[in-house]
Amino acid sequence: MGEPFLIGDRMTGGYGGADILHGCTVAVEKGEIAVIVGPNGAGKSTAMKAVFGMLNVHSGAVRLNGEDITALTPQARVAKGMAFVPQTSNIFTSMSVEENLEMGAFLRRDDISGTIEEVYHLFPILKEKRRQAAGELSGGQRQQVAVGRALMTKPSVLMLDEPTAGVSPIVMDELFDRIIEVARTGISILMVEQNARQALEIADKGYVLVQGRNAYTDTGKALLADPEVRRTFLGG
Amino acid sequence: MDVLNAVVALANFVLIPATAYGAQLALGALGVTLIYGILRFSNFAHGDTMAFGTMATILVTWGLQSYGISLGPLPTALLALPAGIAITALLLLGTDRAVYRFYREQKAKPVILVIVSMGVMFILNGLVRFIIGPDDHRFADGARFLIDARTFREMTGLAEGLAIRTSQAITIVTAVVVVALLFWFLNRTRTGKSMRAFSDNEDLALLSGINPERVVAITWIIVAALATTAGVLYGLDKSFKAFTYFQLLLPIFAAAIVGGLGNPLGAIAGGFLIAYSEVTITYAWKKVLTYLLPDGMAPEGLVQLLSTEYKFAVSFVILVIVLLFRPTGIFRGKSV
Repeated sequence: MGEPFLIGDRMTGGYGGADILHGCTVAVEKGEIAVIVGPNGAGKSTAMKAVFGMLNVHSGAVRLNGEDITALTPQARVAKGMAFVPQTSNIFTSMSVEENLEMGAFLRRDDISGTIEEVYHLFPILKEKRRQAAGELSGGQRQQVAVGRALMTKPSVLMLDEPTAGVSPIVMDELFDRIIEVARTGISILMVEQNARQALEIADKGYVLVQGRNAYTDTGKALLADPEVRRTFLGG
Repeated sequence: MDVLNAVVALANFVLIPATAYGAQLALGALGVTLIYGILRFSNFAHGDTMAFGTMATILVTWGLQSYGISLGPLPTALLALPAGIAITALLLLGTDRAVYRFYREQKAKPVILVIVSMGVMFILNGLVRFIIGPDDHRFADGARFLIDARTFREMTGLAEGLAIRTSQAITIVTAVVVVALLFWFLNRTRTGKSMRAFSDNEDLALLSGINPERVVAITWIIVAALATTAGVLYGLDKSFKAFTYFQLLLPIFAAAIVGGLGNPLGAIAGGFLIAYSEVTITYAWKKVLTYLLPDGMAPEGLVQLLSTEYKFAVSFVILVIVLLFRPTGIFRGKSV
């Protein structure tokens, strides 16, 4: 078996002060869902940001489709087909839903109306609200705008930092369904999740991080079945 | 009681001048608010940017006049305005390259940028006085009135005259055109939307591939156009004097803050609010009241709340009240 489509390989680094990641590896195969879980302060979001080039990785590498992209800026990674949905401030609140999508496609010079239709097909509520300011939407709808915005570049990898933070359980289930749908279109998904159990259920691959290190790595199902993981991280 | 004459007097001395002044302030405040929204600092050099732009336009106007070129009834300065804007845009882009970009790369705090802009203010201040001098310049030519008071009186048979100066009419028409263009640009074009996106959420704009340096450069060019237009209109309406333009900073900032910093609609509303307050509070109401009140009740004094020397106090008081009770301004801009 060859290398995964996107891999953050043995990354060590932090925001400038002490290192937060210590030889941490996360990876995702084409069209699969990889989930990073772990206790608070384990460096889950930091691992994600490291993969996206938002912090200093002084050893280890990030490779996309075999190409070393460790030195690229986040913007350059967007151009390479990576998309990132931050945990907070992930929409343009003063702009309409449609304008949010247009800004997501800012780097594209071709006709984006087809992609906008695809996003509306995936999230029908957004079509209804397309003239409304994104900041006026509910939490779940905002997350849909955020994911929709990220999908506008037609990425090959979608990275989500806690997409279900602060939304109700029903909305969470619906968001997970949509994420599976996105993965089915061939887009790889790498996400950090607080709701570990539900996230591992839909994950092809799961990474349990503890203090910036890989504690357990396996398929989502195997991790859910592992008594040790259940006891320590999933509350029994 | 003579309501008709009262209305005409009110229009002549309050409504028309205040509307023209309000339009000038609104254009100035739009520049301040754009810089605040996108570059994220209060630009204290804005008044002097207006002075520089007006000076450049005056110099070009003099050049055109020396070749005998004029616009007939319209002031020649309108012909010179595009050149004035271009020169000011070059100055602002140069200032950004030489001064502001350094602090942007350092990710300097807004308060540091404010102090930096004060430095720029002093330099522009000196530059303008060095080139054109500290004196008053009148550069309006062409027809002086659209309607003058005597023609109006003869036309209507009223005792009160209503004069509309060409400069006032031009101010209002130009302001409407400029504001319409600006809003069309910000709401309809790709570049305009990217500027709004950058102002809304800088990090997400970067993630979306919006080039910050390009957004900043376009902002400075638009600010040059707004500041020069505002300055030239003010100068045509009154006169050009470097120090007066420096003083305009207060009402302009008051307008931008009252409307809500970073909100273009707010800047326009704020401009008119400040202008109307300033003019109504410093106007001597004796004449209008004499027409309106029954005979024998005409006021003896001037009924002027504040003498015109204190007009800046009006902006200042409004500014303080807004900052105390609604710091985000009428239109909920960013808090100061």
